[in-house]
Amino acid sequence: MSNRTVKVKVEYLTRVEGHGNIVVNVKEGILEKCELQIVEAPRFFEGMLQGRSIFEAQHITSRICGICSCGHTLASIQAAEEAIGFIPSKQTLELRKFLLHMENLDSHILHIYLLVAPDLLGVKSFVPLIRSHNQVVRLALKMKKACNDVCDILVGRHIHPISAIVGGFTKLPRENDLDAMLKILYDMRPGMDATVELAAGLKFPVFERDTEYVALVSDDAEYPMLLGDVGSTDGKRLSKNEYKKVTNEFIVPHSSAKHAKWNRESYAVGALSRFNLNSQKLHSKARKTANALNMKPKVINPYLNTVAQLIECVHSLEDGIKILEDFKKREINYDEEIIVGLNEQNRIKVKSGIGVGAVEVPRGTLFHCYEVDEKGMITKANCIIPTSQNVNNIERDMKKLVPEILNRSDQDITLSLEMLVRAYDPCISCSAHFLNVKNVNR
Amino acid sequence: MMKKPKVAFFDFACCEGCQLQVTNMGETLLDLLGVIDVVEFREAMSEKWKGKYDIAIIEGSITTNHAVELIKKIRERSEIIIAYGSCATIGGVNGMKNNFKLKDIRKEVYGKDYKYFDTRKTRAVHQVVKVDYFVHGCPVYIPEFFKVLKSVLAGLPYQVPDYSVCVECKFNENVCMYDREITCLGPITRAGCNSWCINNNNLCYGCRGMVSNPNEKGAKDVIKKYHIPTAMIINKMNMYNTCRELDEDKDEQ
Repeated sequence: MSNRTVKVKVEYLTRVEGHGNIVVNVKEGILEKCELQIVEAPRFFEGMLQGRSIFEAQHITSRICGICSCGHTLASIQAAEEAIGFIPSKQTLELRKFLLHMENLDSHILHIYLLVAPDLLGVKSFVPLIRSHNQVVRLALKMKKACNDVCDILVGRHIHPISAIVGGFTKLPRENDLDAMLKILYDMRPGMDATVELAAGLKFPVFERDTEYVALVSDDAEYPMLLGDVGSTDGKRLSKNEYKKVTNEFIVPHSSAKHAKWNRESYAVGALSRFNLNSQKLHSKARKTANALNMKPKVINPYLNTVAQLIECVHSLEDGIKILEDFKKREINYDEEIIVGLNEQNRIKVKSGIGVGAVEVPRGTLFHCYEVDEKGMITKANCIIPTSQNVNNIERDMKKLVPEILNRSDQDITLSLEMLVRAYDPCISCSAHFLNVKNVNR
Repeated sequence: MMKKPKVAFFDFACCEGCQLQVTNMGETLLDLLGVIDVVEFREAMSEKWKGKYDIAIIEGSITTNHAVELIKKIRERSEIIIAYGSCATIGGVNGMKNNFKLKDIRKEVYGKDYKYFDTRKTRAVHQVVKVDYFVHGCPVYIPEFFKVLKSVLAGLPYQVPDYSVCVECKFNENVCMYDREITCLGPITRAGCNSWCINNNNLCYGCRGMVSNPNEKGAKDVIKKYHIPTAMIINKMNMYNTCRELDEDKDEQ
């Protein structure tokens, strides 16, 4: 190892959601400081939820994050319904799974094309690519818009969805809506093939660090996104109600997001974790994509999270099409359309209780937990976001990576670190949501 | 404006969803980039710009001392400021924080070390610096954003509709939420969103802020006719509109 002195300070890392800094100090070859500082302004969501109706929880918590607002919506609804003892219908669950696919697809496409690809092509953003790779940029924007258009039809809009609420959907897709969504998704197939081809030609940095990979697991044949227990590649499995035994959050001084660990010093969530745990349950076309891209579990190069996302894109597109085609075969039951408001007419029965939602969102497992009184007012709320579970793991990757690349230029070291953080697709607004502090000093 | 204006996006306390609306335009985004020159956009670009901004588009609320300094600097460097999305234009959901005593909520969240963490009452951008244009909504409604942008480029003012969401809702032929026995904030909320939520069978949460001159008497009649508890409707109004009370009190802490 060289005896170099290196100082990296990336203030307000770009092309990630939210505000974070990378700080690395190497003095005469010795790594003195290696931090991913989360500097997002706190927004106190858990505090704000207290005293509000459980029927408002989805509306408020979807505002935690614009990129994964459908994910927050679904975790929030799951927790809320469990808390008040409401059991959603099969039709509702299928539509929610479909919504989650669209969320995953949309977010992954944004990340792969607009946030990661510029690094791999040696430019600062997608803007220079408009000239150099015009067709690719157009393809990316077209695919992104396609996901958005599907969400517009299904839930009114992708960012802060309107019709997905506690109890089900306020508006169910009509026959022509199903056709319109299917057409958009069929049209997306050639774009997806082209994306896979493009990805096969990209070179990702080589770096490995084995860690504990955590995601939802289940006993059925479905790639679990909406429903399941929490499992790990270290062979552990817990019910989602025991999520606190998974996350074991603790505070570190340099970060406004809490850190997490389970059976090792850190763990990872996200597409790569899901792939490592559940790849055999992917749609056959996605499994073929994985083979073509040489991805075999367990993959321990964090930069390849982006490739795992691409494999999931294929899965979400194909499984999404399948869900809609199944709906075409049987009738949608429109009697299930509900208009609830704040439940002022008591259309949904409410009891006091606690509920946990655990949903696989683009960046990993998202937990929401609410306690409600007998009137359905929230007395306590807690959200644990994928990125806050990943921050500790990212720092440990950085600590292993820096000594391995010390012989490179400062600029190169900085870029490698930025790319590493970006690979996790961090969502920093989400992570700095400030949890229920009372749990901190357990 | 003669040449392509230099445009920058900045985000304060928010979910960044309104910026994301920009990437959801599809290929229209390329047309947009044909008329403006985006020089900074941290969420999507690594480029930085040292000069003056012709247009600064601000997302998010001002909630820390650091943010106050930053937005003042941006104001100095910018010809035109557009407050973009509810968090920026009216404080948005971040305003709900102001319903709690600041010290209490900080202590609750950070424990004994709460003083290390910089936070202050949530404010909308215009409550800290002068704002030239407003794009309301949570999230923003892209057709309205285009209208505002066209006005800015043409050097004309943009008049935010000052009539209620009900006007647009009637045009869309929705059945009134009150007739479905659901309390809705449409009657007191600014239009401009094309009654987006009610079109999808949900109610209006008031995300665009209140009209300047709400029909108070009419509202009282509605509240009476449908037996709506006052506490419930105030609680609803507080979801997006808490920061409103700071409008007359700019120097507040």
